[in-house]
Amino acid sequence: MKILKIFIILFLVTSFSELKSDEANDVLKSKILKNIRCLICQGQSVYDSESEFASSIKLIVDKKINEGMTEGLIYEFLIEKYGDWIIFDPQLNKNTYILWLLPLLLFLVGGVIMRKKLKFTN
Amino acid sequence: MKNKLSLFIIVIFLSFCFVIFYKGLNTPNNYTPKVNEKKNIPTFKAKDFYSDNYINSDKIFEENTFYIVNIWASWCVPCRTEHPLLMQLSKNQSIKLIGLNYRDNFNNAKKFINDFGNPYSRILIDKDGTLGIEFGAYGVPETFLIDKNKDIIKKFVGPINQEIVNEIKLIIK
Repeated sequence: MKILKIFIILFLVTSFSELKSDEANDVLKSKILKNIRCLICQGQSVYDSESEFASSIKLIVDKKINEGMTEGLIYEFLIEKYGDWIIFDPQLNKNTYILWLLPLLLFLVGGVIMRKKLKFTN
Repeated sequence: MKNKLSLFIIVIFLSFCFVIFYKGLNTPNNYTPKVNEKKNIPTFKAKDFYSDNYINSDKIFEENTFYIVNIWASWCVPCRTEHPLLMQLSKNQSIKLIGLNYRDNFNNAKKFINDFGNPYSRILIDKDGTLGIEFGAYGVPETFLIDKNKDIIKKFVGPINQEIVNEIKLIIK
């Protein structure tokens, strides 16, 4: 009887942990798919799109997650195949320096101008 | 003097914006991935069309020759227009054609090959489109030229035409 109880507890623990990891994978999958642009219906993410391209990407992402690939590696894989444009949230690299640094530069210039103006009025 | 400087900065800024927007007008809205970027062929395992056996990619591209990977489907109308050109290319001894049958019904694909001829030395089945993704394809038809170093050196999106065939012939010469 005791052994049976232990078996039941072990069974429940393992099935719950499996459920948890499946849930975590699903969350990761949705997060990744929402950040991938569908190249057929270009305004939509792969998550929202029903195109054949999107359904193939969904399968690939699922496969890569099950193989143990991280989010970053999956993006790298897709960027290598289709270029930076496939990702909605562009990563910092030599093609996107201006995109990332220009707002910061404008912010700094604005700050300097405001500081000068304030000094002048004081 | 200060006013003139401000005016000058505003004019420069507006001209900069004008140039950016003007250039944007001539850029197409739809994104097409780069076609001349050299890439390694992916490693994969695929089902053979006739034997139903799974083959590794290194076995498929084992010969020291140029290869063409053509993604096709029986339901794809542009595939029919490019098929005679693929038949023409298949006669060339310095190139081997590999067909990737994309999201197709087996019987329809078989009928297509029986009706129009088989230009491929091997046909692989891509039932769910994931093999196409490994190649970086996003539609059908698409054609990839692979050199002797097993690098994808050219990618042709859409049906190939005589001009493309001539270009391929010039590269493999």
